[in-house]
Amino acid sequence: MTAVTDEFERAASMKRTSLDSVRAASRFLRRLPMNIVIVLLLVIEIYPLVWIFLGSFKTQSEFLNDPFWTLPSKWDVSNYISAFTTGNLGQYILNSVLTVFPALFLTLALGVAAAFALEILVWKGRGTILLLFLAGVMVPGQMVLLPLFSIYFNLQLTGTLWPLIITYTASGLPLTVFMIATYFRAVPRELFEAATLDGATLLRQFWSIGVPIVRNAIFTVGLVQFFFLWNDLLIALTFTSSENLRTIQVGLLNFTGQYGAIQYGPLFAAICVSIFGTLVLYLFLNQRVMKGLAAGSVKG
Amino acid sequence: MNSVLASRRTAVLLVGPALLVYTAITLVPIAWSFGYTFFSGGLIQGFTFSGLKNFQQFLTDPNAWNAIAFTLRYAVIVSVGQVVIGYLLALLYIFFLRRASGLVRTVVFFPVVLPTVAVSLLFQRMFQLTPQPGPVNALVHVFGGQGVDFLGHADSAFWVLIVMDIWRSMGFYAVLLFAGLVDIPDELIESARLDGAGGWSLVRRIVLPLSVPVLLSSIIFSINGTLKVFDSVVALTNGGPGNATTPLTLYMFQTAFAYGDYGYGSTIALMLTILCLIVTVFIFRGSRRDLTKG
Repeated sequence: MTAVTDEFERAASMKRTSLDSVRAASRFLRRLPMNIVIVLLLVIEIYPLVWIFLGSFKTQSEFLNDPFWTLPSKWDVSNYISAFTTGNLGQYILNSVLTVFPALFLTLALGVAAAFALEILVWKGRGTILLLFLAGVMVPGQMVLLPLFSIYFNLQLTGTLWPLIITYTASGLPLTVFMIATYFRAVPRELFEAATLDGATLLRQFWSIGVPIVRNAIFTVGLVQFFFLWNDLLIALTFTSSENLRTIQVGLLNFTGQYGAIQYGPLFAAICVSIFGTLVLYLFLNQRVMKGLAAGSVKG
Repeated sequence: MNSVLASRRTAVLLVGPALLVYTAITLVPIAWSFGYTFFSGGLIQGFTFSGLKNFQQFLTDPNAWNAIAFTLRYAVIVSVGQVVIGYLLALLYIFFLRRASGLVRTVVFFPVVLPTVAVSLLFQRMFQLTPQPGPVNALVHVFGGQGVDFLGHADSAFWVLIVMDIWRSMGFYAVLLFAGLVDIPDELIESARLDGAGGWSLVRRIVLPLSVPVLLSSIIFSINGTLKVFDSVVALTNGGPGNATTPLTLYMFQTAFAYGDYGYGSTIALMLTILCLIVTVFIFRGSRRDLTKG
């Protein structure tokens, strides 16, 4: 008797599993077209990078004679060495570091202080000034380049990195003020009112409460601004009057000029250095970068 | 107004430095640039007052009109492409991948952070014909086509530019629109499902109307960014072949720095600013009318 029910149950469960696998198979087939789309999407995103990375190890004759899909014959870093020596890539990276980081620091310092005053403090005219900063997000960079060129020329700053540092600092301000002010808006005012009753001056509150409380936001905005400044071409192209002032973007733009005829290997190596530098940063901080850039999307 | 947080002195102390830098390096130059539009000449040859001559020149300059036409054509196509593909990706994340969408989102987003110059050089090589056909021309061969010198012809160069800029930014708009879609309450979608709406009709009748605000702001951001396109054009085609892919931004840059004509350059920059303003206002107006109708 029990044996019969066992048999029956086994048959039922076998039927169930085969039904399950049919269901799984049909589900798989139903989802197949979309899965193919997703795989294609990932290939479109990733393949160009793999290709450029492999190419950075090829010799000039491999570029001239072999089809694009061949692998490099040996893993030789001489293209990278050439990009840094003949191509002057090291100097360009140094120039970028020397302009972007001071500008980033200044933008954040000035912007956070302004955002605190405009959002937390209560005074007449703060709305107008916040709007004034906001307008700067809209205006295209071309609108300020020519007068700035005259100013720097008359101050005899052309031929130094100062025009870049100053312009970067100012160009980052509107978005920094706008974004940090948004973060300050979410902070309860009672926090600052209580601190006043405890006898802290407003300046001290800015430093001891305001800055620490938006510390994360400052980091995010700094990250966003870093990408904008590091990838900038317009301002760098305008104010780098001589070759040894070029930032990495301007240097890369004129890279083939360093060699006469195109040297594909060093060019691919230089593109790789430029791409994988920002990619490493993105690899570690991607969630924050995505959130930050989405919040800064007013810049278009 | 009688708040403990009211202190004009502290406010001035904190906002002063930023305002000073912003005024000197942004506001004053904007006014100054506006002043330039009434002069002709440049730094080297000096400035002479010329009244409205620059504006007259702009209206009759075929190159300027070409640049406007290119800028608008580029901005409309790329904006529509970015937002539509971004929206489709966002729908894919929400309704197909669901909780597993993190990795795909991160991968599709990453070209946004890459330097435009490097991406442009990469695309030049991807679309190259010589010395060896690049991946794209190899695909053309596979499908039985003849090799194409993509960047050597006006039409194909334009489309390479479009493809590149959509490749660069679709992940960004996907994340932006994804954030908007996540905000739609689950109960709303569940109850629509129970009422028999599924697949396409669910998207068209429930999801799409609810994402109008976020779609609208995406379009405004996108148009505003694409009207100012500069980096990708300079690095990919440098306006060529001829001046077939020259937007207003690049035309202004060449006028001012290659020909040293600051007055006319400033006029072009002003026209670009006005164009950005008009388009933004136009979209706002159009959207408001639609909202009251629906």
